[in-house]
Amino acid sequence: MKRNVPLLVAIIAGFVMIVAYFIPYSESWGEIVLVWFDIIASIAFILGGGNLLKIQLKKISERGPGWGYAVITAASFLIMLTIGLLKVGVPPHESYMHMPWSGSYNAPGSPFLWLYEYAFKPLQATIFAMLAFYVASAAFRAFRAKNVEAFLLLGTAFIILLGRTAAGPYLTNWFPDSVAGLRAQPLSEYLMQVFNTAGSRAIMIGIALGTASVSLKILLGIDRSYLGSGDE
Amino acid sequence: MLEFFKTLDRRWIFLLMGLAVAIPILTEAKFPETPGDLSQAVFNEIEKLNEGDKVLLAFDFDPGSEGELGPMATAFVRHCCEKKLKMYFMALWPVGEQMIQQSIDNIVKADFSKLVYGEDYVNLGFKAGNEGVIKVIITDLAVLYTTDSYGKAINSIPMMDGIDNIRKMDLVINVSAGYPGTKEWVQYAVTRYPQDIRLVGGCTGVQAPLLYPYIPEQLPGLLAAIKGAAEYEKLVLDKYGHRDADGKLDEKGKYLEGQRRMGPQLVAHVLMVLLIVAGNIIYFTEKRREGQR
Repeated sequence: MKRNVPLLVAIIAGFVMIVAYFIPYSESWGEIVLVWFDIIASIAFILGGGNLLKIQLKKISERGPGWGYAVITAASFLIMLTIGLLKVGVPPHESYMHMPWSGSYNAPGSPFLWLYEYAFKPLQATIFAMLAFYVASAAFRAFRAKNVEAFLLLGTAFIILLGRTAAGPYLTNWFPDSVAGLRAQPLSEYLMQVFNTAGSRAIMIGIALGTASVSLKILLGIDRSYLGSGDE
Repeated sequence: MLEFFKTLDRRWIFLLMGLAVAIPILTEAKFPETPGDLSQAVFNEIEKLNEGDKVLLAFDFDPGSEGELGPMATAFVRHCCEKKLKMYFMALWPVGEQMIQQSIDNIVKADFSKLVYGEDYVNLGFKAGNEGVIKVIITDLAVLYTTDSYGKAINSIPMMDGIDNIRKMDLVINVSAGYPGTKEWVQYAVTRYPQDIRLVGGCTGVQAPLLYPYIPEQLPGLLAAIKGAAEYEKLVLDKYGHRDADGKLDEKGKYLEGQRRMGPQLVAHVLMVLLIVAGNIIYFTEKRREGQR
């Protein structure tokens, strides 16, 4: 029952989507299934939050390596959730001044917005910015022209890196017009639009075929891995 | 010497990268931009629209990618404001809603204060469901959007009159940092209704190679990373000028942010090239020495 009902729901929903795509009469059936999907996606946020809390609390209770980080994660999650849900410190909406909870959870001046602006936003930007440092270090240590393929990759990387900045035109704009296509900017665009597009399309077609095959296995009930192991 | 570089502490590289980014920011170094074909195509798509045409602005990014995508979002909103287009904001990323609010506060309210909420622009906010949301709103918007981001009933918003699905939009502009993003808009909106939905986008550098295959049929124009943003920004500035809140010329303002961020990018890219060259010199020198032994 625990596995058969979800399996049946997945199979019916999947077939309805296929039928709805090809038969105009049944288009509205597909829309209904998609609305279900969107409702489930919203509920998934609650499940996700619960799961996050469960994992972090387990780490804390076991005092395993890095449990201090779990404390920070759980505390941050609970603080944001409480402040947002209870609309702590939110000024009332101007049309309903007598109702304390009428304002938006992220209204100007609210603690939720303050935490977003001064904690979440800089932290997330910092994590993303750190990539530049690690990429630079990796480029120095690992990017070697060990064979022809690596040499071609290296050459392409140089053209793209320079062609995507003013350095490219500065270094190559003296090329005569007869070989204007070899200037960094047009050359980098050519590489992206021709070689990259050809490679990407091949990969995309491969992925699409693989996805169709996996989808068919799910729809026919052959692949049931998405239902979990059923141990719990 | 070779031994020193071979065992170079990576903190030196971090320091070099830090300086490569910090110096151009502090000196406000700016370099000339030549708009490429794709940025020009994005600009042309918006220029083709007439006053009062409807544009859906889907902001699918977060503060992590704001450094790369913020300037193009700013330029898009400013361009739409200058053209007096009706702007419908929405997001498939939870924090996209904050990105929308930032654009509304910093651009629409700050510099185009005559535009009225509900008549000239509306914030539909975030909806969970990724591509599922796209698939629903291409046929029925009201099923998912009963209120705007601030809780106001959709049917009480004047500019939502007659908007029963997003096929009513004259253009969809997507700013994308990953999944869900431009790829999903292409696959689930444009591909389904190629005659009704026209899409242009802006994306992060790592996403761009994955989106080129859709150009030009499904995606007529694309701004790739901060370079694309700087090029598009230049086109908007060339056409509409540099202005601050009082309508005065402003050479350092928020509308030049893309071009300003190209300075650190240039120096960082040159540093990367130099580091790769240096790494390879060390590698080949070492290999030659080993061969001589």
